[in-house]
Amino acid sequence: MSHADDNESTRRDFIYYATAGAGVVTVGAAVWPLVNQMNPSADVQALSSIFVDVGGLEPGGQITVNFLGKPVFIRRRTETEIAEGRAVTLDDLSIDRASQNPNKPGTDALDENRTMDDAGEWLVMTGVCTHLGCVPLGNGAGDFNGWFCPCHGSHYDTAGRIRRGPAPENLHIPPASFVDDTTIQLG
Amino acid sequence: MSGIPHDHYEPTTNAEKWVHRRLPIVGLIYDTIMIPTPKNLNWMWIWGIVLFFCLVLQIVTGIVLVMHYTPHADMAFASVEHIMRNVNGGYMLRYLHQNGAMLFFAAVYIHIFRGLYYGSYKSPREITWIIGMLIYLLMMATAFMGYVLPWGQMSFWGATVITGLFGAIPGIGEALQTWLLGGPAVGNATLTRFFSLHYLLPFVILGLSILHVWAFHTTGNNNPTGVDVRRSSKEEAAKDTLPFWPYFVIKDLFALVLILAGFWALVGFMPGYLGHADNYIEANPLVTPSHIVPEWYFLPFYAILRAFTSDVWVVIAVNWLSFGIIDASFFGVLAMFAAIFVMALVPWLDTSSVRSGRYRPMFKWWFWLLVVDFFVLMWAGAMPAEGIYTDIALIGTAYWFAYFLVILPILGVIEKPLPQPETIEADFKASLKKKSGGSGPSPEQIPAE
Repeated sequence: MSHADDNESTRRDFIYYATAGAGVVTVGAAVWPLVNQMNPSADVQALSSIFVDVGGLEPGGQITVNFLGKPVFIRRRTETEIAEGRAVTLDDLSIDRASQNPNKPGTDALDENRTMDDAGEWLVMTGVCTHLGCVPLGNGAGDFNGWFCPCHGSHYDTAGRIRRGPAPENLHIPPASFVDDTTIQLG
Repeated sequence: MSGIPHDHYEPTTNAEKWVHRRLPIVGLIYDTIMIPTPKNLNWMWIWGIVLFFCLVLQIVTGIVLVMHYTPHADMAFASVEHIMRNVNGGYMLRYLHQNGAMLFFAAVYIHIFRGLYYGSYKSPREITWIIGMLIYLLMMATAFMGYVLPWGQMSFWGATVITGLFGAIPGIGEALQTWLLGGPAVGNATLTRFFSLHYLLPFVILGLSILHVWAFHTTGNNNPTGVDVRRSSKEEAAKDTLPFWPYFVIKDLFALVLILAGFWALVGFMPGYLGHADNYIEANPLVTPSHIVPEWYFLPFYAILRAFTSDVWVVIAVNWLSFGIIDASFFGVLAMFAAIFVMALVPWLDTSSVRSGRYRPMFKWWFWLLVVDFFVLMWAGAMPAEGIYTDIALIGTAYWFAYFLVILPILGVIEKPLPQPETIEADFKASLKKKSGGSGPSPEQIPAE
């Protein structure tokens, strides 16, 4: 009797497939927890919201706070910095023309879409270079008087927009708002 | 195990026979260390032993360092200082481990370039070559994760930059990076998983090393002429070869002693010379060191990573062709991994039927230019990413890819190779004649007596 005519062999085939299928499911079920354990744990995931007192900040001053393990720059810009930032048109921004600002979603990267207040005095940004995650140097660093990333030479202007270098995006802006005149809420 | 005919292990005493019938392990070891080895091997064939020594050194010093190290973001830096100041001989153990990694990479680079020059990657040794490349990749992963463990500034920011490579992948990048780090940024979760893997991977390397040795014991060693050992009979094979033990073991150990003399001088007198002072400042997530530099053994590939900025025309072209999916940072990541991938593909990129660079007059020049290119890239990687340095890195990167993807395939077609010796025995006798003041190397065959 040939193999194809053997009814018993179809039962055997079924057992093969069922065993292989069960094996795949079992391995998958065993692997997923092993992969998932590497995702952020509950305490890390617990999104926090922090309040920052910026009452002591003079124009030209900047503080760096730690928010979700990353530095956040809070800068009170000078008149010159505001003027420089406002003078930049979208045509000057060859790398990224999005504001990267979740507080003003979908806007372009004009200076007024980057700052918190309409006067442009307050600039809050995540201090992480969009290239590979270093912390850029501030206080007028770089060729555009804003920030400069020492790792791979990305230059950001006074509104934290990428102007030259390998970074693909403007410095990101975290969810932020004024809760009163001297307190900023992050998150 | 070996494909070259030679005498195999025969148990003689009753005790040996008893063991051999149940577990032929003595025979396995005997056949491994008695492998017929081409007798014309030069000093470039000693690096295998050096690499094996390095792996053992790293595993042994690593295991004892773990007895004193604490894998926690708050305590790791202090525990490394504890090893350096309080643990008996701890500073020496750590310096050996730290500089041992550097000896490991120095040896592996020479070993790889040896293979590239003498065509050791060519048929039938492709699998040996591929396993070697896998070992090299794992070595890089292990060294990178080990460098994070002291939790200094360079540890932290090196980890940030390198895991950022994965974040540059379009679409899944950010989720992948968070998964690798165990949080939004490098933190305690990152340190503990790197510690676990840094302990595991050396044993994977050990396993692959055994496969690496097994593979070339099956094909037989390459040799400076690239000519195969004659295999028609045991007698003929014996004219081309000598057993690995004791001839080559003693030679290799002698070379190892000389290398270790230099290594001990480095460890004893200038243990921090090749390291970075910034790594003796505890990790601080809010301050980036002014100049992040990886350890020297990563610099050539780091230079390739940084070479592609958004103003390079290739990047602009690829960005446009991929509808903006591949940006400058992802392009750099692809280039860095591709630089290693093309090296792994070299058995199929090199079209020449001649193995050894010794008989390839044009290949030689391009090969040595590749060696120079490697050092130029290493130097460019250590320099700040601005001005002339990015241009130099870009030219160096272009040559690296051109060598593997353009020059090697073309050379095999246009090059006229020099005559090769008929047998290894002929080459060996010619070199003996040269050394004893004879009439110089004669490429024609010397008849076997």
